[in-house]
Amino acid sequence: MADVAPAPARFERPSLLTFVMMVAVGAFVIVSFDGVGVSLSKAWDGLPAMGRLVERMFPPDFSRIASVGGALLETFQMAVAGTALGVLASIPLAILASRRHSPATPVYLAVRALISFFRTVPDLVWALIFVVAVGLGPFAGTLAIMIDTIGFCGRFFAEAMEEVEEGPQEALSGLGAGRLAVVFCAVMPAALPSLVATSLFSLEKATRSSVVLGLVGAGGIGIELKVAMEMFSYGQACTIILAVFLLVLAVEQASAWLRRRIL
Amino acid sequence: MTAAISQRAIAVDAVGLSARCIPAAPCDLVVGGLVKRFGEATVLDGVGLSVPRGQSVALIGSNGAGKSTMLRCCLRLIEPDEGELNLLGQNIRALRSGALRQLRRRIGFVFQKHNLVPRNSALTNVLHGAIARTRSPRLWHQALASRQSREEAMACLDMVGLADLAERRADRLSGGQSQRVAIARTLMQRPAIVMADEPAASLDPVAAEEVMALLFGLMKKQGLTLIYTSHNLRHAIDYADRVVGLRGGRIAFDAASAGQDAASLEAVYG
Ligand SMILES: Nc1ncnc2c1ncn2[C@@H]1O[C@H](COP(=O)(O)OP(=O)(O)OP(=O)(O)O)[C@@H](O)[C@H]1O
Ligand SMILES: [Mg+2]
Repeated sequence: MADVAPAPARFERPSLLTFVMMVAVGAFVIVSFDGVGVSLSKAWDGLPAMGRLVERMFPPDFSRIASVGGALLETFQMAVAGTALGVLASIPLAILASRRHSPATPVYLAVRALISFFRTVPDLVWALIFVVAVGLGPFAGTLAIMIDTIGFCGRFFAEAMEEVEEGPQEALSGLGAGRLAVVFCAVMPAALPSLVATSLFSLEKATRSSVVLGLVGAGGIGIELKVAMEMFSYGQACTIILAVFLLVLAVEQASAWLRRRIL
Repeated sequence: MTAAISQRAIAVDAVGLSARCIPAAPCDLVVGGLVKRFGEATVLDGVGLSVPRGQSVALIGSNGAGKSTMLRCCLRLIEPDEGELNLLGQNIRALRSGALRQLRRRIGFVFQKHNLVPRNSALTNVLHGAIARTRSPRLWHQALASRQSREEAMACLDMVGLADLAERRADRLSGGQSQRVAIARTLMQRPAIVMADEPAASLDPVAAEEVMALLFGLMKKQGLTLIYTSHNLRHAIDYADRVVGLRGGRIAFDAASAGQDAASLEAVYG
């Protein structure tokens, strides 16, 4: 065999900076455990209480099933309405937030920033704000979901539009199509499967968060769960948890099925 | 070798076929001193070319010679750095967006990769050819278009022999069919000039021949100016009145296609 250079080392030697950072991150993780009082013994001691709670949840109490059903429907309607409004608002915003299709850089930067802001503030915080603005009830929750959806869809719609093949767009601008025509004729049709998939993910996400929004009074089944737990009606709480589980599962399955059909 | 080529080109010139635009046939395209740089690299270094109405010109040259760049510059799909660019009597470099769109409307462009919108039907893609005629969004999709536009689009599809595939999604067409739909879209533009960048390069030999013959035939029938690039020297000779060679960012060869053979053109690649 000819002279072959030896294979390189299996692991690259980390630079000093990388090494220091790795140590720092590791140390912070350990300090964090301490900071939040992670304790095996406490968790161990909590087990019997957890067991007792589960025991008291069964059998589930179906006596208030009608009102639980109503609240569940309201929860889902909040998710659907909020997602629909959010998706509709996301389309124009995403066009402005797509580097390739935005009319001007300042517009692009401003809309990107707005979408990031919508995304980084948690939905529960939006719900608190809208409860103050429009009062208690499902409308506040719907608005919170709409804003959260814009934060999510606005970003992914814009990315999907940026990724669309250049060729057809060049062809249409080459034959004199204006900016808007190019977006709607060449970009949207190509990005459509991705837009629909993102919207469905967004609906799943909204269904989960619409359950929690009730805790701050923004409508939906969350408030029922809170009341049941505070009244020690664990049987009822169990019914509600089961109902939420079924709803989220059904939405996830339906959305996965739809996505498979489109892609 | 180069000397022989230029002598030949000059001989043709004297006949008046190539560079001059005789008053009887006004020039659809006049390019003068065209320069395009990408960073350090000067891709086009003073290209000059005049094409009289109705002429079919083949643009040849090695990979990277700047053929595509030149065609794109003519439509300002990429901005040229220097030079004169006159299309259909208008100085395209001076036009602002609205006027530029109106001029582009009359110039067809067929790409090597057909560049159809994949999820739309052939019919919708053809209708897009007329998109610059109106501000209304009715031409965005075949379902919205007026009966008149739909009929015109069907006629264009018929001219390329694909009327029966009007409903087929563009991404389910073969390469040759796609390229013919792209030609139909160009016809829908009612163009005055058609530019084609290697329109047959991704096709099998039979489909390539069909597409070239179709394009050439349609252009001749309507008396339109055609400028196309090709690496197939047979195509360059058979479907053009005139062959122009690019080399080192300049025109290195310019002669009538009649009487040329592959060997005489190969010098352009030397
Ligand atoms: N957008 C761009 N940015 C930088 N360089 C580019 C760009 N487009 C083209 N070039 C360079 O310009 C030169 C000419 O490219 P062009 O595509 O015009 O050649 P061509 O003659 O069409 O070649 P081919 O026969 O391979 O299609 C090449 O060297 C290419 O790398
Ligand atoms: Mg090219």
